[in-house]
Amino acid sequence: MAITSDVLVVGGGLAGITAALSTAREGADVRLVSHKQSTLQQASGLVDALGYVPPTDTGSDPGETPTAGRTGVRDRPDPEGPLADPFGAIDRLPVDHPYRLVGADALREGLELFDETVAGYRGAHTDRNALVPTFGGTVKPTARYPAATAAGLASDDRPMLVVGFRSLTEFDARQVAERLSAAGVPFPVTGAEVAFPAAFRDDAKITRFARALDLDEPVDGTPARRALADAVAPHLDAADGGAARVGFPAFLGDDAAPAVRAELADRLGVNVFEIPTGPPSLPGLRLADRLYEALDAAGVRYETGVPVVGRELADGGGDATGGHVDTLLVDRKGTRVPYAADAVVLATGGLVGKGIDSDRDGVYEPVLGCHVPHPAERYEWYVDDAFGDQPYARFGVRADERLRPLDADGEVQFPNVRVAGATLGGADVAREKSASGVSLATGLVAGREAAAEAAR
Amino acid sequence: MTRTTDVLVVGGGSTGCGIARDVAMRGVDVTLVEKGNLTHGTTGRMHGLLHSGGRYAVSDQASARECVEENFVLRDIATHCVEETGGLFVKRPEDTEAYFEEKLEGCRACDIPAEVLSAAEAREREPYLATDIDRAIAVPDAAIDPFRLCVANAAAAENYGGEVVTHAEVTDVLVEAGEVVGVEVRHGDGPRKASTDVGSTERITADHVVNATGAWAGQLGAMAGVDIEVRPSKGVMTVMNTRQVDTVVNRCQPKGDADIVVPHETACILGTTDEEVDDPEDYPEERWEVDLMVEELAELVPILREARTLRSFWGVRPLYEPPGTGTEDPTDITRDFFLLDHADRDGLPGMTSIVGGKLTTYRMMAEDIVDHVCGKLGVRAGCRTADEPLPGSEDVGDLHERMDEFGLRSPVSRRSAQRLGSRTETVLDTPGPNPTVCNCEAVTRAEVRDAIDDAGRDLNAVRLRTRAAMGTCQGGFCCHRLAAELEPDFTAEEARASLDELYQERWKGQRHALWGEQLSQAMLNHMLHATTMNRDGDPARLDGDVAFGEFDDGTGTPASEAAGESTVADGGPGAGTTGEGDGWR
Repeated sequence: MAITSDVLVVGGGLAGITAALSTAREGADVRLVSHKQSTLQQASGLVDALGYVPPTDTGSDPGETPTAGRTGVRDRPDPEGPLADPFGAIDRLPVDHPYRLVGADALREGLELFDETVAGYRGAHTDRNALVPTFGGTVKPTARYPAATAAGLASDDRPMLVVGFRSLTEFDARQVAERLSAAGVPFPVTGAEVAFPAAFRDDAKITRFARALDLDEPVDGTPARRALADAVAPHLDAADGGAARVGFPAFLGDDAAPAVRAELADRLGVNVFEIPTGPPSLPGLRLADRLYEALDAAGVRYETGVPVVGRELADGGGDATGGHVDTLLVDRKGTRVPYAADAVVLATGGLVGKGIDSDRDGVYEPVLGCHVPHPAERYEWYVDDAFGDQPYARFGVRADERLRPLDADGEVQFPNVRVAGATLGGADVAREKSASGVSLATGLVAGREAAAEAAR
Repeated sequence: MTRTTDVLVVGGGSTGCGIARDVAMRGVDVTLVEKGNLTHGTTGRMHGLLHSGGRYAVSDQASARECVEENFVLRDIATHCVEETGGLFVKRPEDTEAYFEEKLEGCRACDIPAEVLSAAEAREREPYLATDIDRAIAVPDAAIDPFRLCVANAAAAENYGGEVVTHAEVTDVLVEAGEVVGVEVRHGDGPRKASTDVGSTERITADHVVNATGAWAGQLGAMAGVDIEVRPSKGVMTVMNTRQVDTVVNRCQPKGDADIVVPHETACILGTTDEEVDDPEDYPEERWEVDLMVEELAELVPILREARTLRSFWGVRPLYEPPGTGTEDPTDITRDFFLLDHADRDGLPGMTSIVGGKLTTYRMMAEDIVDHVCGKLGVRAGCRTADEPLPGSEDVGDLHERMDEFGLRSPVSRRSAQRLGSRTETVLDTPGPNPTVCNCEAVTRAEVRDAIDDAGRDLNAVRLRTRAAMGTCQGGFCCHRLAAELEPDFTAEEARASLDELYQERWKGQRHALWGEQLSQAMLNHMLHATTMNRDGDPARLDGDVAFGEFDDGTGTPASEAAGESTVADGGPGAGTTGEGDGWR
């Protein structure tokens, strides 16, 4: 017997969860299955919508034979941005961009859905992007940011202290401060490297620091939060202009993060904020927790650790390359369990999450076998400049306005499937700073569309 | 600016560094100049095979004998650079019996220890060998780290009073009254803290100039007005993500592309091709070469077909043949080395070139040429380079037992000790925390800082010294960490330039491995560096100023931040949808 629902969402990242919430909101019965832990643990936890319109002409042509002597960067043109308004520039993106398919309103509605269901975020009070400091010492435009980041905004002109810790290698606070100044931020910023008061192993991960603060573990008899405040306090007055806010690597607690931040702010007498770092990223992990709480609140049933390993089409044609998807076979501890649904949302991720995969011969979508357009010649998948207009960055399934996947001829390949998030191609979310926005906008539309499909 | 030295060596590869060490050990004043960082040319772009000589045992027995002799010398003097993996020449059914026998006899004729293994015995040593192989010959091939070797030779030269100047490109060979009297160099973006001004030129006069520029020897020769007929030949090397084999695996056939797998630290390197090129610095890096490595070598080690490749890189062999030889196929050009005395050959005293040869025999080549140069200079001191260990390879004693002192987990400390050899304690004994900077290769801050002390802000040189950024993530997770270690010795702007150089260099090789896992990794790296760090959209690098006032400054967010909110959920559903006064400000 198949496990049935109106809509089955495949994928447990931001797009899949948004699609499930969107479907549920339409009143349809929805289930979500996901394979691995989502890639959110690698993400910054910032919700970017659109920060730049990147140049599409960047030096070398894809397919140009690489040569030993050619260096990557040749007069890279500037992008348009950073954009204060994420919506107005959508029309200037390439025509096959997911935002062009679903429109600016879908982005607005996707952000609204996020604001209404996910706790602990800021930025909904304005249509404008915020500029937040990055651990690379730049600022970047983002639409929504965790409360933990709020005091760090670069358009706020209060003096800033950035602290780094000698036992962490992700950034050096003095470098970050110097670079922020070079970026022209409208406030004095000073960097200080301090010793974390507790002696952890030299290669302790950021999560170890967070746990010590969560539990307020004693450090030589002093509770960790107080000890940390004591270590940072001497640097406040020394900061250029006297710091009114202090930025930490994003390790200020996990489960008890607001309390950790509040206590530090209280002890230091200034605002405290976090600068997101690379994986494992606590802000990304916290966002994942909030999203699953939102699923619980909406009554969506979900299972993780269960990969989809096969599909059955309506006409029984196991070999067919397209058609109505009746059933997905889900691997549950080695058993292939059929999941039947009227509509399916495919939100399995992109190249990072392996929702799009490749081998030496080509690029493919492994779950349903959706068509993924790509140059037959592998040496046309890239350009020489690492930050150029990389064709690979735009790899993904192409879809119509209703987010139904298209085959090589531009025809709908699976009529009851909707595609969302990084599985969709056409965007260079990294250079655009649009990853979360694309997931929200297309997740919203895919969920709504899937609900309508199921009601048909 | 002018400086004077007895012997000036041009070229910071294995040969040049070996020469500088040998000259310095004989008590003669020596300066080495290199246009990039050490190993910038061919040495840094080879597969890391320490030849047993087996490879040349049929075609070139003189080279084979030199190889096996030097192989055993380097195991003694460069222990921290050599991994004694052993090697196999594997015969597949389609390879001839006759050649297998010739190879075996050749090895024995050249005093190369050789043992015939049945297919079962060979597969016992290397379980991933193809099931249909016939048999194999075991020889003492080994893996060698060419970077570590070069750096150790340069360090020895300096310990003996020599000088090593990197990022100093020769712009002219000075000829006066029909004699070479020195060179002019231009100082590039010099890595050393006390480097001379970038872009400045300097005349270095010398009693004798040694041209050890390998594939670039013709270019240096041209500056002196002499012809040196180097025939640069490119070869690809493809780096795998793990050690699919722990032994050097060679195909037992007369010659051919894609016939060797060398295990190297955490990786395996597949090689190679052999194609003559016009310009040793700019030649096509072609897809067929990469595909050939995987396809051909999968015949010997089938799992290579599906394995993850990290990158590919190319090197240029400095092949030479005497004028008039006219060999058509570069694979037939001798691998032997030649000493060109330009006084005898071209009537131009004051300069000697060394061309051809291979890394395994670098020390012997250096000995030959230094004997020659010392003869000219009337220096009587003999060569001691075969007897004295290189820095890092002195008696390491019970090093591994003492590693606990450094507070590193054992996998990390083991890797550190392997790279640093007898320098381990000096390098790791630093104040302050010593966290791991590169997780893939287990490189700690102390090692990175030591390399920066030596190599300056050139993070590619730091990479070569430490192996940082050479693992599966190809620097995606550590390039920026390495750049952070440049603080406070260098400015943030310098650190950013160094980061860009390293990141783009790592990208260059990954372009040849962009499918499957490595394409996924490339996208993850792109997300981390472009999305999370916004390195591509940094306002500091773009024209035009940012109108900070047009962005959300936080005004209008809920008030809870001002006092630091007190309890669990900061916000909650609906939070922030309406403005609440002045917010946390």
